[in-house]
Amino acid sequence: MMFDKKTRATLLDPLIDENPIGRQVLGICSALAVTTMLSTSMVMALAVTGVLIASNVSISLIRNWIPSSIRIIVQLTIISSMVIVTDQLLKAYSYTVSKQLSVFVGLIITNCILMGRAEAFAMQNGPKASFFDAVGNGGGYSIVLLLVAAIRELLGSGRFFGMKVLPLVTDGGWYQPNGLMVLSPAAFFLIGGLIWALRTWKPAQREHEATVHIESPAHDVPAANADDAARKRAA
Amino acid sequence: MFALRRDSVAYTVGFAAVVCLVCAIPIAGAAVLLRPTQAENQRVDRLSKVLGVAGLMSGTDELSRSEILERFQANITPRVVDLRSGAYVDSVDANSYDQRAASRDPAQSDPADENDARVLRVPRMGLVYEVKDRGAVKLLIIPIQGYGLWSTMYGYIALEANANTVSGITFYEHGETPGLGGEIENPRWQAQWKGRVVYDDSGTVTVRVVKGATGPATTDPHRIEGISGATITSRGVSNTVHFWLGPDGFGKYLERFRTSHGEKTS
Repeated sequence: MMFDKKTRATLLDPLIDENPIGRQVLGICSALAVTTMLSTSMVMALAVTGVLIASNVSISLIRNWIPSSIRIIVQLTIISSMVIVTDQLLKAYSYTVSKQLSVFVGLIITNCILMGRAEAFAMQNGPKASFFDAVGNGGGYSIVLLLVAAIRELLGSGRFFGMKVLPLVTDGGWYQPNGLMVLSPAAFFLIGGLIWALRTWKPAQREHEATVHIESPAHDVPAANADDAARKRAA
Repeated sequence: MFALRRDSVAYTVGFAAVVCLVCAIPIAGAAVLLRPTQAENQRVDRLSKVLGVAGLMSGTDELSRSEILERFQANITPRVVDLRSGAYVDSVDANSYDQRAASRDPAQSDPADENDARVLRVPRMGLVYEVKDRGAVKLLIIPIQGYGLWSTMYGYIALEANANTVSGITFYEHGETPGLGGEIENPRWQAQWKGRVVYDDSGTVTVRVVKGATGPATTDPHRIEGISGATITSRGVSNTVHFWLGPDGFGKYLERFRTSHGEKTS
């Protein structure tokens, strides 16, 4: 086996069981905005995953030196620097996509997944574990983003990755595109439905009203526990 | 000892300073190193919009950089014109003349009279693109810029060889609200402009973006239906077109073009 049990859990849990969108309900804003087309969602998913890996690892590397009084702003500084660099790279090497994503690349900064993972995981764990956590959460975010985008692009414009799948009425075909699907509320309905489906399939994901965690900000609390509490704070 | 120092004010301030410094390096590096590539991307994007408004490239075409430049060179001739007299200026190299840079340069521009498009400075020389078909000018592409709701909108309007009938309009840079004012980029909205007539019989700019439905260009030649939810942006587009096709913009050049062109054909 390549990974020990804990690493596997760090890597695979966020894909479904602890999915950042489905379970943690983070990063919804961008999931609504960029999912009209698969190609833009793909770039967004890659950008978020890339920034998440970089920020998680670098925050984890310096976690023992960060004064706790300014830890949030330090995390934010690191995250925003990386987002700006990503934005610049996209503008230079993928101009069309960067035009389509417009402000949403910059808004990765406000994507709660990044802050959430930095605060919940990278501050307590080493760079290697943080790397896997970032890959896992980036992957979980990407799965939902691509799924929603696939449905919206197919029903909204009859296409899959820009290729015509359903011939549109306007082009002499039979498919009348669903106008709602190209608007943001469609993503709301889809993500809502997805969360409902997930929680029906895995009842463990349902939130219990009685669980209230009171955490001390000490750095050596068990990861899973801190994870949970920080998520509640971030949400 | 380290744990103690970590909570001190001096350590916190020092740490913040180091983080800022370290983060500034990749940002500054990326901004400086990538600027030439980004500027080139913007230029090619702008040229592709010119091709689009000239009808030489459809919205779904995906052309490479070299294809765009090649198609541009084969069909389009940039010309520098004196905005005050309307005459061509051949002493300035049209391929390197930058009208936007000139409008910012006090030596090459003048403050504009107060106008609805909120244009602050007008360059003395303008850059028009002439689209030629077998030697004859088929379209004139005029750069336009003016204020919408949030931002200055930059674009082009294409006129047919009578320098009066609109052939197309496009915007390549603006900061209007996506989905509302941002719809000025929508090809379906832009398509309404085709065939509308800019000037009335007395030569004043009459074409206008209005609220509510308008007829087809043949029966309703001067009115364009505005974008719902974007009244101010629509008005801004109207004002922008008025300014640049009017006497303070390219009006004199277009008038001159009309006269000389009319003489040649008659």
